Amino acid sequence: MSSQHPDGSVFSNIVRAPEDPILGVTVAYNKDTSPIKLNLGVGAYRTEEGKPLVLNVVRRAEQLLVNDPSRVKEYLPIVGLAEFNKLSAKLIFGADSPAIQENRVTTVQGLSGTGSLRVGAEFLARHYYQHTIYIPVPTWGNHPKIFTIAGLSVKTYRYYDPETRGLDFKGLLEDLGAAPTGAIVLLHACAHNPTGVDPTLEQWEQIRQLMRSKGLLPFFDSAYQGFASGSLDADAQSVRMFVADGGECLAAQSYAKNMGLYGERVGALSIVCKAADVASRVESQLKLVIRPMYSNPPIHGASIVATILKDSDMYNEWTVELKAMADRIISMRQLLFDALRDRGTPRDWSHIIKQIGMFTFTGLNTEQVAFMTKEYHIYMTSDGRISMAGLSSRTVPHLADAIHAAVTRIP
Amino acid sequence: MAFRTGISRRMMIRSGFGLRSMSSWWGSVEPAAKDPILGVTEAFLADPSPDKVNVGVGAYRDDNGKPVVLECVREAERRIAGRLNMEYLPMGGSVNMVEETLKLAYGENSEFIKDKRIAAVQALSGTGACRLFADFQKRFRPDSQIYIPVPTWANHHNIWRDAQVPQRTFHYYHPETKGLDFASLMDDVKNAPNGSFFLLHACAHNPTGVDPSEEQWKEISYQFKVKGHFAFFDMAYQGFASGDPERDAKSIKIFLEDGHLIGIAQSYAKNMGLYGQRVGCLSLLCEDEKQAVAVKSQLQQIARPMYSNPPVHGALIVSTILGDPELKKLWLKEVKVMADRIIGMRTALRENLEKLGSPLSWEHITNQIGMFCYSGLTPEQVDRMTNEFHIYMTRNGRISMAGITTGNVTYLANAIHEVTKSA
Repeated sequence: MSSQHPDGSVFSNIVRAPEDPILGVTVAYNKDTSPIKLNLGVGAYRTEEGKPLVLNVVRRAEQLLVNDPSRVKEYLPIVGLAEFNKLSAKLIFGADSPAIQENRVTTVQGLSGTGSLRVGAEFLARHYYQHTIYIPVPTWGNHPKIFTIAGLSVKTYRYYDPETRGLDFKGLLEDLGAAPTGAIVLLHACAHNPTGVDPTLEQWEQIRQLMRSKGLLPFFDSAYQGFASGSLDADAQSVRMFVADGGECLAAQSYAKNMGLYGERVGALSIVCKAADVASRVESQLKLVIRPMYSNPPIHGASIVATILKDSDMYNEWTVELKAMADRIISMRQLLFDALRDRGTPRDWSHIIKQIGMFTFTGLNTEQVAFMTKEYHIYMTSDGRISMAGLSSRTVPHLADAIHAAVTRIP
Repeated sequence: MAFRTGISRRMMIRSGFGLRSMSSWWGSVEPAAKDPILGVTEAFLADPSPDKVNVGVGAYRDDNGKPVVLECVREAERRIAGRLNMEYLPMGGSVNMVEETLKLAYGENSEFIKDKRIAAVQALSGTGACRLFADFQKRFRPDSQIYIPVPTWANHHNIWRDAQVPQRTFHYYHPETKGLDFASLMDDVKNAPNGSFFLLHACAHNPTGVDPSEEQWKEISYQFKVKGHFAFFDMAYQGFASGDPERDAKSIKIFLEDGHLIGIAQSYAKNMGLYGQRVGCLSLLCEDEKQAVAVKSQLQQIARPMYSNPPVHGALIVSTILGDPELKKLWLKEVKVMADRIIGMRTALRENLEKLGSPLSWEHITNQIGMFCYSGLTPEQVDRMTNEFHIYMTRNGRISMAGITTGNVTYLANAIHEVTKSA
């Protein structure tokens, strides 16, 4: 304790927390002065010129909002913007979803995907009889933290097969089959983060049947709807399959990537219930989770989303821009695959074009990753995950060179 | 148990579902009680009466009863729209916004800012700032409790409860005088175990509008030193109380001068009218820069599994305004206009009640400060206000002065007089 402060601090024993592994990559990248540095860390979309992108339709929506003198900035209700909630539910479940038509869905606005997952997890910890959640291996680094802090016990199920760089379907079915009745299961709706490996529709159907037979509760994380295949409906098939059988589930949505609204923190949590009166009671309990956390959600991003989703012109414009982003990523996959093939880089790299979404799980190990950072100034997470969105036709050759060097020099 | 009919039932029977699967997992979920404050506005909106008055939730209204977007905010939004990208902020939020916000609380030329001794992160308005602190307190001082004034904003109890920090209370409001129960407050401060954590309202106490005087703050600060207590200030109304932000931060200044290492939750909901944008800041004054860095990193660890990083839009508005001398001047002017209108309504309400010949004393209306007035109405009287006069307020008798206008102050005074004249 310093003599200047007779009381001393009540927090003097606190040590500095480690950098967040994902966000820490960008911190390190920013410090690097090399002109050839490449940031393939955090999953934010970049254009061919390597710039962040604000969609045209988003700018249009913003202008509408800013030029509307009747708009005020009052508190939203605890559950958020009602219009936004309805439109978000339609987006993920389909406008003709019986669950929506029967008023069996309760949707609350959340702080992007993270916040929606957290509110759902807190609700489950308080009101659901089973407090175990199964998460795939691997998964987004923040998932276990969210569920643990909400009071759930986190277990894992096999998912990624390093041998095939694809889905360990047998392992998945075994592990979910062995889960206790009623356990919660986290499912990535599409474009699995970090691997980019998704089940086929047939595999999803088998997963559904297994889960329903064991009464396992699905909790979908949908952070890339429209961003994976370019089609909003195709990317929601897994979720809709589960809703179609009349059962219950949770779904967290994010508009960070597919509408480029990252920093605005826009998302939604939907809980599909068996009956309408159940849905209404559930909503009232969700409010009790939200109020002591942040009272009510931020208005700006949700207003942009609602403006776009409710106007058919703007909605269509959005689907076009969304497809363009998805297509650019798919073409980067092809370019990288071709570049590695052209260099005769050892190993099978077909997973690059088989995987889907923003990320590729390269299969590179931590030593190889560290080598690529040190020698080639390429920044990625140490698990070998690269964000395809950070690539351009100009930078693919540099990355291919780096991978080639890493794989041939380091076992 | 309600069974689903038709196709889905057949589907489930075919796949061999047991009885449990036929019913909802949430069948036993009870409907939660309505939030007492936000529920008032819901009820108000549903009322068809042309005479209805909403003096419930604490959002500012102009003299026409309309919500206000400050000019400085409109201008900031015009500058922002179309210019910037929407990338993720860092976990700790906008560095610019936080810097400007600390200046407001700690002083424009604060040595603590210069010495980088303040651990500070952008938070989701005042609620979010309090919750981050409560979670942080639980994690790093797990044996501590929080002393909360009686009464306080209802959500304070929810926040520390959900953070699983045990709560105690300390005397604050004196129903007899409708002022501060200073003697009991000081007793509670002295009787609390050394090193206790206290929640203090920096200015414009919510819901009572009763603030300690400067002298009283000095005594409280002194006693806190003697006992080694931790002071956490919730400052949701800086500028809004007296019209002068520096004056409204006096309590904090006193504690800082006395050497306390305090914590502060700041909100721009009211004083910049940014309610729905959810912009605020949590700060903790530390012994040195190294400790501030460590504390900030731990605060970020709490934010990450809650929302990853805070919303950018509101923060941009704040830093645009506070970073531009002209816009900042405009803001200060507009805050004073809001505060002055409220002070004017306090005077008008009191004068109206005295003119009606009320047997009771209404001095407290002008003694109290900020958005709220603790009228002294009982829950039963409040119910009469709503049922007979369509006037909406929370059942603790709290009146939001911002909801009063020259157009409705007479009607309101009449109604209060009616329900209290035989009290």
